[in-house]
Amino acid sequence: MCGIVGLYLKNPKLKPKLGKMFKPMIIEMTNRGPDSAGVAVYRNPVNKAQTKFSLAHIDAGYDWKKIDVGLEKALKCDCTIKKIGNHCILVTTGKEASVVAWLKQHHPEVRVVGSGHTIEIFKETGLPANVYDKFDLDEAAGTHIIGHTRMATESAVTTAGSHPFATGADLCLVHNGSLSNHNRLRENLRREGIEFQTENDTEVAAAYMTWKLRSGATLKEALQDGLRDLDGFYTFLVGTADGFAVVRDPIACKHAVMAETDDWVAMATEYRAIAHLPGADTAKIWEPEPTTIYTWGGHA
Amino acid sequence: MNELDLKTVGVRGINSQLHGLAQDTNEKHWVIRNPMGQHNIACGVSAPLQIEIHGHVGFYCGGMNKDAELTVHGHAGVGTAENMMSGVVWVKGNSSESAGATGNGGLLVIDGDASSRCGISMKGIDIVVGGSVGHMSAFMGQRGNLVVCGDAGDALGDSIYEARLYVKGKVASLGADCIEKEMRIEHLADLERLLKAAKRREKPSEFRRYGSARKLYNFSVDHADAY
Repeated sequence: MCGIVGLYLKNPKLKPKLGKMFKPMIIEMTNRGPDSAGVAVYRNPVNKAQTKFSLAHIDAGYDWKKIDVGLEKALKCDCTIKKIGNHCILVTTGKEASVVAWLKQHHPEVRVVGSGHTIEIFKETGLPANVYDKFDLDEAAGTHIIGHTRMATESAVTTAGSHPFATGADLCLVHNGSLSNHNRLRENLRREGIEFQTENDTEVAAAYMTWKLRSGATLKEALQDGLRDLDGFYTFLVGTADGFAVVRDPIACKHAVMAETDDWVAMATEYRAIAHLPGADTAKIWEPEPTTIYTWGGHA
Repeated sequence: MNELDLKTVGVRGINSQLHGLAQDTNEKHWVIRNPMGQHNIACGVSAPLQIEIHGHVGFYCGGMNKDAELTVHGHAGVGTAENMMSGVVWVKGNSSESAGATGNGGLLVIDGDASSRCGISMKGIDIVVGGSVGHMSAFMGQRGNLVVCGDAGDALGDSIYEARLYVKGKVASLGADCIEKEMRIEHLADLERLLKAAKRREKPSEFRRYGSARKLYNFSVDHADAY
C-alpha cells in the first residue's frame, strides 16, 4: 500500500493556500498508509550563501539552541533556528558538509532529514492528519509540496523509516511499492561511501539517486538508470527545487494518476486525493505510462 | 428519478439503498452525484436499474454488477466492472487498470482509453474500448470478447484461453501463445453486434482478430512420454 501525493502550483496567486489545498489530499490517503506520514514543502528560499537544513530529534522538547550556538562557535558562521514540532529548520552560512560533520560528531542524536535552499521536510509516525497538525502545515505557503502516507511493509514503523527521503540539495523521494534488490544495492552503495540510517528499501532508492546525482547525472538520467538497476514495484515521486518528477516501473501495478488545470498540477496514488482540489472535475486527467519520466518545473 | 449525493450519504449509503431494491422495483432510475473518486460505488447491484453517476469514480465501480445499466459520466479508476455478471457498465471517459477483470458476462463499454490489464482473466464479459488499451490486456482471458478501436499495448492476450480479441489499431506485441487468427463470417457478425451495442462507428472489416494458439494450455498427446 502507501499513498503518495504531490501538488505543484502554476498560478502564483495560490501560493499562500498551498498547505490548505494539500491537506485534504494527504488525509484522503490515510487508509493507504496510517503508520506514518511526511511532506516536503518548498518555501521561503534562502540566499545563495546560506543552506537550509531540516533536522529532527526524537524528543519534541529538545533544546535546539545548543545546535545554534555550537555551530556558530565551531564553524564561525551565522545560524538561525525555527522549531516546528520535533523538527527544526536551521538556516546557516556554514558549509553544508562541515555542518553535517559537526552534527554527526557532537550531536549524533540529531538526524538531518533534508537540506538545500527551499526544501523543508517533516515526517513522523502517526496518522497523516495528526502529523499535518503537528508541523503546522495547514499554514504552509509555497510553490509545491509532496507527501507520503506509509503502510510499512519492508521495515519498522519509525520516524527515520518514514518518507520523504532526501536525495541531495532540494531533492527528495517518496515511494509507493517495494524493492526486491535493496539489500544487495545497499551493500554496493555503502562501498561507494553512502551512509544509511535505516533498513528501509526506499532509503536505498534515495541513496541510489544521491549517488547518481553526485556522480554527475541529471535527475532524468538518474531516474532512467534507476529503471534498470532498481528491481521491484514502484511509483516514485521526486521533489525538486522547482517542481517534481514521476516515474513508474515497467509493470506499473502501483497506481498513479495525474491531473492538470491552468492553476495546478497534481499527482496521487488515487484520484480521490485529487478530487478535493478546486477544478478537479474538469481537469485534464491521465495515468502516467510505465517507464516514462514525467517532470514539471524544469530542472530535470 | 431518484438522486443520491455521495457527499451526504457516503458510499455505504448509496450501496445499501441500491441493494435494498427488489427485482421488480418501480424506482428504476437513479442518479449519483459527487462521487469524488470514491471506491466501490454501485458495487453488487442485482436489480434492473438505470444508474447514472456524474463525476469521476474510484476503484471497482460497478463490480459484480447483475442486471443494472450503469453509466459513469467521467473517468473510472482501477477494476471497473470487475467480476460483472450481466447488465451494462458504460464509462464515458477513460478507465484505469484491470477494467472488466474476471468479468463473467454483460457489456463493459469504455469510450476513452483503458489502461493495462484490461479484461484480465475475463470469463465471458464483452468489453468494447473506444480508445486504446495498455499492456497485458486480456491476460489469461478465458471467454468473452475484447474489442479495441485504438491500439493495444505490449503482451496482448498473454497466456490466453478462449477469449476473442479484436483490435483495429496497432498491437505493440502479442503475449505468450496469443496469435493473429482468421476473421471468419461469424466473427464479423459478432463484432458488428458488439460495435453496434457500444454505439461505435468503426466497421468490423477494419479489425484484426487475435486469440489462443492453444499450445500452452492444452495437453499434447505427443508429450505423453514426458510423464
